Amino acid sequence: MKARANIFSEMLNVRRDICGYCGCCVSVCPEGALELIDAYLSVEQNCTSCGICAKVCPLGALEVVHEK
Amino acid sequence: MKNKYDVLVIGGGPAGALAARTAVEKGLSALLVEKRPAIGAPVRCAEGLGKEALAEFMEPDERWISAEMTGAGIVAPDGFEMRLESAMAGSKVGYILDRKVFDRDLVWQAADAGAEISVKTRASAPILEDGVVKGARLEYCGQVSHVKADVVIAADGVESKFARWCGIDTTVPMREIMSGMQYVMTDIDIDPHATIFYLGNEIAPEGYLWVFPKGERAANVGIGISGKKSGEGHRAKDYLNRFVKKTFPDGKTIECIVGGVSVCRPLECTVGDGLVLVGDAARVVDPLTGGGIYNSMFTGRLAANVAADCIAKGDLTKSALMAYDKSWRESRMGKTIERNYLIKEYLIKLPDEKLNAIIHSVSKMNLKEFSTISLIKEIIRVNPKLLVELGVLAASLR
Repeated sequence: MKARANIFSEMLNVRRDICGYCGCCVSVCPEGALELIDAYLSVEQNCTSCGICAKVCPLGALEVVHEK
Repeated sequence: MKNKYDVLVIGGGPAGALAARTAVEKGLSALLVEKRPAIGAPVRCAEGLGKEALAEFMEPDERWISAEMTGAGIVAPDGFEMRLESAMAGSKVGYILDRKVFDRDLVWQAADAGAEISVKTRASAPILEDGVVKGARLEYCGQVSHVKADVVIAADGVESKFARWCGIDTTVPMREIMSGMQYVMTDIDIDPHATIFYLGNEIAPEGYLWVFPKGERAANVGIGISGKKSGEGHRAKDYLNRFVKKTFPDGKTIECIVGGVSVCRPLECTVGDGLVLVGDAARVVDPLTGGGIYNSMFTGRLAANVAADCIAKGDLTKSALMAYDKSWRESRMGKTIERNYLIKEYLIKLPDEKLNAIIHSVSKMNLKEFSTISLIKEIIRVNPKLLVELGVLAASLR
């Protein structure tokens, strides 16, 4: 619900140079962790790195970063 | 902007615009907010709309009609093309819109009718009182305001968040999101009056690729594939680029857009206390075609009509607003969605060889009524065995 972007996220990397800000990923996120704020995709802390968003992205703009 | 309206509409697409316009025409006060700075852009749509469907809402206007369609083609996985023509030769059956202008016109109409409009304004949270939706927190250029409303109509599209914030699970199953991409191309050889659909697992797995004319030598060339089939090296982008390179090597791409289209069943319930969901946010896209313009306008208008009734009666509870949910499900649109969902589920499981056989069996069709269902009925007439395979659907397809 919060608009704050998860800038410390080590879970999901948004390649902003590739993202077409279409919201396809937002619709499939089971946690509701993504939000499209105009042309900016925000990622919340509750992202579980399930990778569904990365799979469906038409452009391949999302990468799941595995925790070390 | 006031701090209280009868109806607050979130989203300025066709669903939101129709909701806002209808609400003010019913004598209600309405505010429509759109998070983007411009209505209609970026387009997330192949822009096709049937003639009859448009006629239910308004007269066509040359300002937002890009092209008129008189026929369609379906290209089998093996490359064989089946043609569909209107029974009345040359008569138009549908349009390719210019959504940037169309959407703007719809919002303009809502504004002219008396609705207030606020762009670059994002609903960032619902106002909830004892679980009842009472309005929304709005943000505009860093300025926060709390706007109350008797009814909130969430028309926030495929990337809808508002309903989820109100406790409704809107997640689209991975296999039922169409991952899409589209180019607007010019300087290409096309039939300027026919929409062409390409099918097959090599072309567009569990989806289709389209060429929808935008002029004599221009078209929307796009694709939707199942999210389940998407992945690194085989995304919508990869399929589309492969097709374009082969089919329109000398074409020029003047626009590139991406998007997601839900082809699942609609949400189990499309209302809450003080809340109504419409259009893509309610997942009322036609699951077979991926078309959503008509369904959005239909549900947007219906939502405002039901909201007006409920406001007049002073009852904005979920059970009162259920009249909306019940009404669209019982409508022709609701029944078409359910039937086309079942047809889609059947079709996506077909191997290419079988699709080839079906499409070859009917190389030319003249349809009295230009709709998906008349096409399916004709296919079944030629391939009666399909009726057995379609099982539960059979009765409604005879």
